[in-house]
Amino acid sequence: MRREIPTFIALFVGVICIVQFFIPHRPFGTLVDTFSDWFGILQAFAIWLGALNLLRVSLERSVAKKSHDRWYGIVVILAFLLITITGLFFSGGRGFQLAGTRFDYLYVNIYTPLSSTMFAILAFFVASASYRAFRARSWEATLLLLAAFLVMLGRVPVGDTLTGFFPDGYRLSDVASWIMTYPQVAGQRAIMIGIALGVASASLRLILGLERSYLGGE
Amino acid sequence: MGHRSETIRHRGLTSVSGHLAERNNIARRHSGTVVRQGLLGLLLVVACCGLAQGQTSQPSDTSAVTNPIIAQLPAPNPPTHVRGSDAPNDNGGAIVVAWDKSPDDGAGINNVASYLILRGPAPSGPFDTVGAAAAGQTSFTDATVHEGESYFYIVSSVTLAPVPGGAPQPIYTQSDPSPSVQGRAQWFHMGRLNALIAVIILCSAILYFINAARSGKPVYIRKIGGLEAVDEAVGRATEMGKKIFYIPGTQDMDEVQTLAGITILGRVAKIAADYEARLEVPVSRSLVMVTCREVVKEAYLKAGRPDAYREENIYYLTDDQFGFAAGIDGLVMRDKPATMFYMGAFYAESLILAETGNSIGAIQIAGTAMPAQLPFFVAACDYTLIGEELFAASAYLSKEPKLLGSLKGQDVGKGIILATIIIGIIVTSIGALSLKTNDPARLGQYNIGRLFEVQ
Repeated sequence: MRREIPTFIALFVGVICIVQFFIPHRPFGTLVDTFSDWFGILQAFAIWLGALNLLRVSLERSVAKKSHDRWYGIVVILAFLLITITGLFFSGGRGFQLAGTRFDYLYVNIYTPLSSTMFAILAFFVASASYRAFRARSWEATLLLLAAFLVMLGRVPVGDTLTGFFPDGYRLSDVASWIMTYPQVAGQRAIMIGIALGVASASLRLILGLERSYLGGE
Repeated sequence: MGHRSETIRHRGLTSVSGHLAERNNIARRHSGTVVRQGLLGLLLVVACCGLAQGQTSQPSDTSAVTNPIIAQLPAPNPPTHVRGSDAPNDNGGAIVVAWDKSPDDGAGINNVASYLILRGPAPSGPFDTVGAAAAGQTSFTDATVHEGESYFYIVSSVTLAPVPGGAPQPIYTQSDPSPSVQGRAQWFHMGRLNALIAVIILCSAILYFINAARSGKPVYIRKIGGLEAVDEAVGRATEMGKKIFYIPGTQDMDEVQTLAGITILGRVAKIAADYEARLEVPVSRSLVMVTCREVVKEAYLKAGRPDAYREENIYYLTDDQFGFAAGIDGLVMRDKPATMFYMGAFYAESLILAETGNSIGAIQIAGTAMPAQLPFFVAACDYTLIGEELFAASAYLSKEPKLLGSLKGQDVGKGIILATIIIGIIVTSIGALSLKTNDPARLGQYNIGRLFEVQ
C-alpha cells in the first residue's frame, strides 16, 4: 500500500489535469485550482522542514570544531535568527514586509545587495564560459565561433560601419538578424519539440505508474 | 437607439449622472449624460484610451454639475446594436460584448476617445462599470460574470471635453441596453481539438511500444554520452576519495524536470552505494529534500548498503535562487567534489554553478529542459543532456523494457512532427512558387525568387 496509494493519487491528479485542459466545464476546471491550493498548503508546511533542517545542519557544522564550515554555520544561524526575530517581533506584526519596517531595512540593505552581487558575478562567468565555448577545436566549434562573431559584431554600431559599403540587407546587422531569426530559431524549436515530446512521455510514465522511482522505489 | 439618463453606479464608487440636456445641430444627435468628474475621472478616460481590453476603470467623482463650457460641446453618438454572447470554450465565466462603432468613432465629428462597458442585472439597471475599450474597438470580453446569471450591457462612448485653464472633462453617451445574455460552461474546448488528436496519437504510440517492449521485442536506443559517463564520473570520485554533488534543479515537485532529476538521482545513488562513494544532495526546496531522501535511501537499500546511507547528506539550503547558488558555490570551493550532477530545471544560476564546478576541475554532467540554460551547461560541463535526453535518462539507465518502449513511442511522435514539418515546407514552397510576379513587365510569369523572400 505504501506505493499503491501514491501511485493512485498520481494517476487521479494526472488524469484530471489532462481532462481539464479539454473540458472547461465544472468540476474539472475548478479541481485543478483546488489541487494547486493543496500543493501550496503542503509547501507552506514543508518550509518548516527545510528551515529546521538548515538549522540542524548548520548547528552540527558549528559545533564540529574541526569542520572548515564551522564559521559559515554560525553565520547562517545568526542570520536566520536575526531576520526571523526581527520580522516576527520588531516589524509591526502582519505588516512586517511594508516599507520602513526593520525587516524591510534588513531586506533592502543586506539581502538585496547580496543577491544582486551573485547575479552580477554571472557577467564574469559568461565571459569565461564563452572563451572556452568559442575555441575552434572542431568544425562545429568553428561554426559556432563564426556565428557568435557575426552576431556580436552585428549587434553593435561598428558592425554596420565596417560593412557600410555593402548594399542594404547584406550588412552585418542584417546577417546577425538572419542568424538569430532562422538558424537559431530553427535549432531552438527542434529542441523545444523534443522537450515537449519528452515531457509528454515522462508524464505518461508517471501517470500510469510505470515510473515510480520518485516514490522511493524502482 | 435612444437617449438614456439613468443613474450609473460605477464599480466600487458611487456615481451618478447628471445629464446634459443639450442637443446640438448634428443629425441624429442625442443628448448625452454628462458627468462632471474630478481628477480621477480624467485619469479614467485617459487610461481608457490606452487600456487593453478587459481592464476595469473606475470613475470617481459623483457630482452632477453641468459645466457650461462642456455643455456647448457636442456629445458623441453612442455605439449601436450592443449585444452579448457567451464566450466560447470556457467555464461560463465570460461574456463577449460586441457593438457597432459610434458614428463619431473615426468618422462624423470623430471625437470618441474610448468606450466604457457597463453591466447590470436588468435593463433598467443599476449598471456597474466592468471595463473599457479603446476607440475603434467593437468588442470586449467580460470575464467577471457568474455562470447562468442573466446580464444586460450598456456601452458608453466617451469623449474628452477641453476646459480652458483646467483638465479636460469626460462626456459619456450611453447606448441602449443589450438583450439579456448568460454565460454558459462548455463540455469541450473546441479550440483544443487538434491538441487532443495529437495527444491521442502520441499516447497510443507510446502505449503500443511499451506493450511491444514488454512482449520481448528488442528496442534500440542510441547511446547518450552523458549517461554513459555516469559510471565513469562516480568511479572517478571514488578513486579520488572525494564527494559527488547532485543538484536536482532549483524548482519544486510540481516541475516534471525535478521529477526526472530525482529519478536519475536514484540510479546515481545506487551506483554511488555500489562504489562506496560519498553522495551529497543540496536542494533548494523542502519537498524535494524529503523526496530525495526517500529515493536515495531506497537506492542504498537496493545496493545492499543501507548502513552507508546518511540522511544528513541530503539537505536543504534555501529557496532563494542566488542564495542557493552562493551556498553551492561555497560548498564546491571548500569541499572540491570530484563529480557534479545538475539534473532538473535551472534558471540564471545554472552558469554560476557550472562555472564554479568547472573552476575546481570537477567532472560535470548536466541535464535540463530549459532551452535558455542549455548553452551555459554545454559551455561549462563535460556532458549535457539536452532537453528530451533528460526525460529519457531514467529509461536509458534502467534498461527496463516498458520504459524503453515509451522512448520508442516518443520517437514515433517525433517522426510524425518531422513529416508534418516537411509537408508544411513543401506546401508553403509550392504556394510561394505559384505566386506570380508583381513586375508588370513579366506579368503572369512565376517568380522563383519569391521563394527566398522574407515574408
